Amino acid sequence: MEPLGWADITFRLLIRFTPVWISLIAVFALSIRFRRRLGLYGRLFGSPIGMVGFGVVMFWALTAIHAGLFHLIATHDPLTQIPGMKNSPPGTPVADARTSGAYAYFLLGGDNLARDVFSRMVVGSGIVMLIAPLATVFAFMVGITLGLPAGYHGGRLDAGLSFIANLILAFPVILLFYLLVTPEIVQTGLPSYMAAILFVFPLVFVAVLVNARLRIQPGKRNRVMAATMTPLILLYLVAVSQKDTALSFLPARLDPFDIPAGILVVFVSVVFVNAPTVFRIVRGLTLDIRTRDYVAAAQTRGEGAWYIMLWEILPNARGPLIVDFCLRIGYTTILLGTLGFFGLGLPPESPDWGSTINSGRKLLSIYPHSALPPAFALLSLVLGLNLLADGLREESLKD
Amino acid sequence: MATFILRRTGTMILTALCLTFIVFFLTNLYPNLEKLAKTQGNFRMSDEEVASWLGNRGFLQPMPVKYGQWLGILPGYVIRGTDGVLRGKCFGRHMAREDAPRFCGVLQGDWGYSLRFKDEVRAIVGVRLGLTGWLMLMVMAVMVPGALVMGVLAGMREGSRLDRTLSTVSIVTTATPEYVSGVIFIAVFASSAVGLKWFKGTATAAMNDMTFQNFALPVLTISLYGMGYIARMTRASMAEVMTAQYIRTARLKGVGFAGIVMKHALRNALIAPFTVIMLQFPWLLNGVVITETLFNYKGFGWALVEAAGNNDIELLLGISVVSVIVVLSTQLISDIGYVLLNPRIRVS
Amino acid sequence: MPTPEHDGPVLEIDRLSVSFFTRSRAIPAVMDFSLGIRPGEAVGLVGESGCGKSTVALAVMRDLGVNGRIVGGRIRFRGRDITAMNDAQLRHLRGNEIAMVYQEPMASLNPAMRIGRQLMEVPMIHHQKSRAEARALALEMVADVKLPDPRRILESYPHQLSGGQQQRIVIAMALMSRPALLILDEPTTALDVTVEAGIVRLIRDLGAKYGTSMLFISHNLGLILETCDRICVMYSGEAVERGKIEDVFDRMRHPYTQALFRAIPVPDADRNTRPLVAIPGNFPLPDERPRGCNFGPRCAYRVPGLCDQGRVPLQKVDGNKGHVSRCLRIADIDWTAPPAASGRGRKPGIGKVTLRVERLKKYHDLAANALFGGGERRVVRANETLSFDAHEGETLAIVGESGCGKSTFARVLMGLETATEGRILLHGNEIQDIATGDRSRETVSAIQMVFQNPFDTLNPSMTIGRQILRALEVFDIGNSHAQRHSRMLKLLDLVKLPRAFADRLPRQLSGGQKQRVAIARAFAGDAAVVLADEPVSALDVSVQAAVTELLTDIQRDHGTTLLFISHDLGIVRYLSDRVLVMYLGHIVELGTTDQVFAPPYHPYTEALLSAVPVADTSFSKREIVLEGDVPSAIDPPPGCPFQTRCRWKHRVAGGLCETRVPPMRTLPGKHRIRCHLEDPILGEMQPVITAAGKAR
Repeated sequence: MEPLGWADITFRLLIRFTPVWISLIAVFALSIRFRRRLGLYGRLFGSPIGMVGFGVVMFWALTAIHAGLFHLIATHDPLTQIPGMKNSPPGTPVADARTSGAYAYFLLGGDNLARDVFSRMVVGSGIVMLIAPLATVFAFMVGITLGLPAGYHGGRLDAGLSFIANLILAFPVILLFYLLVTPEIVQTGLPSYMAAILFVFPLVFVAVLVNARLRIQPGKRNRVMAATMTPLILLYLVAVSQKDTALSFLPARLDPFDIPAGILVVFVSVVFVNAPTVFRIVRGLTLDIRTRDYVAAAQTRGEGAWYIMLWEILPNARGPLIVDFCLRIGYTTILLGTLGFFGLGLPPESPDWGSTINSGRKLLSIYPHSALPPAFALLSLVLGLNLLADGLREESLKD
Repeated sequence: MATFILRRTGTMILTALCLTFIVFFLTNLYPNLEKLAKTQGNFRMSDEEVASWLGNRGFLQPMPVKYGQWLGILPGYVIRGTDGVLRGKCFGRHMAREDAPRFCGVLQGDWGYSLRFKDEVRAIVGVRLGLTGWLMLMVMAVMVPGALVMGVLAGMREGSRLDRTLSTVSIVTTATPEYVSGVIFIAVFASSAVGLKWFKGTATAAMNDMTFQNFALPVLTISLYGMGYIARMTRASMAEVMTAQYIRTARLKGVGFAGIVMKHALRNALIAPFTVIMLQFPWLLNGVVITETLFNYKGFGWALVEAAGNNDIELLLGISVVSVIVVLSTQLISDIGYVLLNPRIRVS
Repeated sequence: MPTPEHDGPVLEIDRLSVSFFTRSRAIPAVMDFSLGIRPGEAVGLVGESGCGKSTVALAVMRDLGVNGRIVGGRIRFRGRDITAMNDAQLRHLRGNEIAMVYQEPMASLNPAMRIGRQLMEVPMIHHQKSRAEARALALEMVADVKLPDPRRILESYPHQLSGGQQQRIVIAMALMSRPALLILDEPTTALDVTVEAGIVRLIRDLGAKYGTSMLFISHNLGLILETCDRICVMYSGEAVERGKIEDVFDRMRHPYTQALFRAIPVPDADRNTRPLVAIPGNFPLPDERPRGCNFGPRCAYRVPGLCDQGRVPLQKVDGNKGHVSRCLRIADIDWTAPPAASGRGRKPGIGKVTLRVERLKKYHDLAANALFGGGERRVVRANETLSFDAHEGETLAIVGESGCGKSTFARVLMGLETATEGRILLHGNEIQDIATGDRSRETVSAIQMVFQNPFDTLNPSMTIGRQILRALEVFDIGNSHAQRHSRMLKLLDLVKLPRAFADRLPRQLSGGQKQRVAIARAFAGDAAVVLADEPVSALDVSVQAAVTELLTDIQRDHGTTLLFISHDLGIVRYLSDRVLVMYLGHIVELGTTDQVFAPPYHPYTEALLSAVPVADTSFSKREIVLEGDVPSAIDPPPGCPFQTRCRWKHRVAGGLCETRVPPMRTLPGKHRIRCHLEDPILGEMQPVITAAGKAR
């Protein structure tokens, strides 16, 4: 068989993404149809920048879903090496595709271990789109739970927490990664302990949220508290308890899943690096909003401090926080890439974008095709998130 | 002003102590030491042998004591080992045992010995820092003026065509981390397969002989990522200032547009970006590490990767101390600069 | 460009129309607006916020931003058409021949530039003066606006000056090149009344000295009366009435002007004999203007079929030269008919003491500048030995300018801060040391507060209903959600808001409506004491009356003690039973409204009364302008707090005022005054405001 030309490659790539196009059109059609009822999200569709950003982000999110859950889009297994395809240029036909029933071409070529670059990029999106938003959510939980009281109460609490936050911020990120994400440190169980601490924050957050709202109705509060906290605590225990690590307390029967050690340590360090910045943002917003009259009005009603923080201050800080959330997912994606680039944390065969760029860069001068696709993928996702944030900022300022 | 600087310096020293202790703690965790013992001794040591090897060399003292010794505020250990050899932290390699000083830590200028480079840490750090210094200098020279000009031009007429173009450019650059832009640059400008072959894909040669050809790509790679961010900050700040009432006052006083931008808006608009530029240092260091690795420029960042990758504890500690000091000093400069730029804050 | 001799009007605005363009449509902001200003004349432009008065000013300056455009009409300045000028001509005009003074002095001055440079810039640009010449001019001008130590001022940054001083600098800057026309856009709105009085006098004096024509924009009719020769009233983008001050004030011929005058308290207004009348309805949004007369839907004289047909042109008012009104029924309406009497009964008597404050002191440590720390701790003496009682069903007004300690007192009373010394007794229980969170539910719901800024008082992301419900939940009212819900709806009825508002978010409400919600929330737990901190000062005149009326109605029905904090003596005189005047943390005078508003006065009260503009030509006022600013509470003057500005100080023998804080003296009728002046001297005092004997 002949190698494909660039027009053919482009055409075949577009075809491969068919499920993504269909879902993307569906999402846009529905959103635009009901945009008036969808609040800030709906108004996003009035801003061209926001729409483009949202489209790009959704493209990768849908790719991740289709490739990760339904095994669509990718043409080959991201880990399988096919003999003869080592460093093959884009569009190279696979030798015995007819007999093995595999896809007939390496659309974007093969890497130095003869794996399909396109499939690795597509499957890699799953890892990025799972870890980056989730880690950002956790960073926000930590930042909000600590930033609100620091800004609201001020004084020693604020001074102490701010000192710690500045401490972490003054750390060169890369040094922190090199210190935290090494096999030796994983061996000491430090990441597990850090996970145990960081994963508590969502629990604290929800518990405080429920308590603050329903404090004055103790009966209802206890019921709601039990209903929300029981599954959360179970989830927490399951997530924290890991086989063969320092924290392994649940019997295997009760521990249905384990987070792979590599992913956990990457996750924890990314949350750890992001949380202080979120803390500073939340603290700043709180300092500003707590001077408003409606906060004073709540105080003169005798509301508790946490009610004021969570129901009077936090909802009114949501605009800047949502914008920062989008930006921060992008930043987290970049951090994940950095980790991959230095070969830290995730196993070397992992198809995530950072690791693929890392493995591709060594022969960059001769075979640029294996490092460029993940590089552009990462670039487009972060760009999309930045555009989305810009659109949201623009729209949220219109209030 | 003096008390302010003094207080800030105090906080800075406290921060530096905390940070170096954290680094010290993490690098001196037992698995790291075990690996050290095995690489220095031999790989087939039993656990007991590892423990006595470490014990003989003072590694098993309590963490705060070790930290104090490293810092130079506690006297260095002198241990007669299980093998009968007398070892001391301060026993120099070319020094009579009797002449050895009691204290030999960072404060005394003794930064330890790098196992990876077989040299004094101080010397290595000095050389590498010098190389990185050139890189940073170039980056600053490209990035800061570029970003400020971009930001001011974009922000002075919000919503104009120029603004939209420049804003798009800056968003794209902030979305391009060094390892992406570097890879793209090398592929486009330096690749032997398809590229334009304008520049060199490695900067190793620049360590001795810096030329435009071998240094342009690394400098551009680092500058680009930071440039977009600072430009956007400047733009936002400039746009805000341009809508301020005192700008309207100036306009209705009959001041021309150039005068408004240069005399009235600029100083107010630069306060925020100035702090941002200074606070960028922690991650500028990031960019340096990535870029130096990518372009094989053997500077400070490259040394960090080498030290961390080879479990070179003393070198890693030395590098941490330097980077922490660099970061904290820029923060101090940022605080002082903010006060100087902003007349509303006057220190009594 | 040499100015050609022109002996006509300085400014002629002829059928000006301005629109703002958004992405989808054009919104007309000013329509068919005409006005002329003759040399040396001062013309007032009055109207509520959003009526387009500032747009007129900016159109004259041709500074309408990217979205605004002049879509019709001409503006001629000394015969030259401003609308046709190019950029260079405009630059020559701005700051040189036409200058402007703005509402917020702090924001109008460049924070990073010394005052001197900002002033010198004007002659350097327009008259090519050298630095030295410009500096000499600036010094002269700073002295002209009566600022002490001009040399030091020139070297200062704006933030080192007080608000009043900043505004004087802005005025100096505007007058640097001796403009022919000065536009003043609400120049005193952000300032305290006694400072305002000084600025108003300065503007009048300088206008006379330089023969400058002035366009004075304000929402305050009293200020216009004190400064202007002619007045133009605007409503919803149009001039509705224009004429000489006396004509418009005494023989107004437009229903809106009349309604405006009836909504503001004048010295003889009285809750029972001459109540304020609020204008019904809301100001129309620029894109929802009604057909026909803009004021039609809110007008008491509207005739369907006449007023709602086409655009109403300006009509001449017979007999008054230059008096025009945009009303079709000038001749039909009986303009002298008194407003319909509201059938409200007399106020029930005042009951027993609900709140007693005894020798209350509040000092706070000024946290030494958080960023830099260090230094000795400084103490702010916010409240000094306050003592007074407040009774059931009584309205006690607390009057004072910013920095007098009234807000601190409010915070201590509400439990947001605790007292340093002294006692606060609510129904006989001490509450001064208990923070709000530790107070019992009964105490918390018994003292509630209405805040000043309606745009800040409601949580923007919670529905109105939810916010009132939350108050009910916290105060433990009702046994079930259903009960609380119905109570919430009743509260909405109480403040005369439609029940449908329960599901709305605050941003869908107007300022007045938000303040009503705030009142409903304050009364949710049947508060015995309601503290209203300037509840209407941020609202437009036409809404102020309605909200005030609502507040006092509810108070009367519930027998609530209303503590009414205000700086507006007009409204205080209108609605309060007793008045408490504060200055620099001290109570300087306390008595019934009649006692405080008639001599003998405390010297500060006297100055305060004189400073408040009165929008009625039938009263005359003695002018007493206080020099300088209110001293800082961190470093109060020794002796009497008011001694630095007091004009009676020389009448007290032995410099007593400078050494000893005067004791609280009780004059006949429980009228209390903190002053060293002896009784005979107090007896010499003349009333500040006198009716000119003209029958109304």
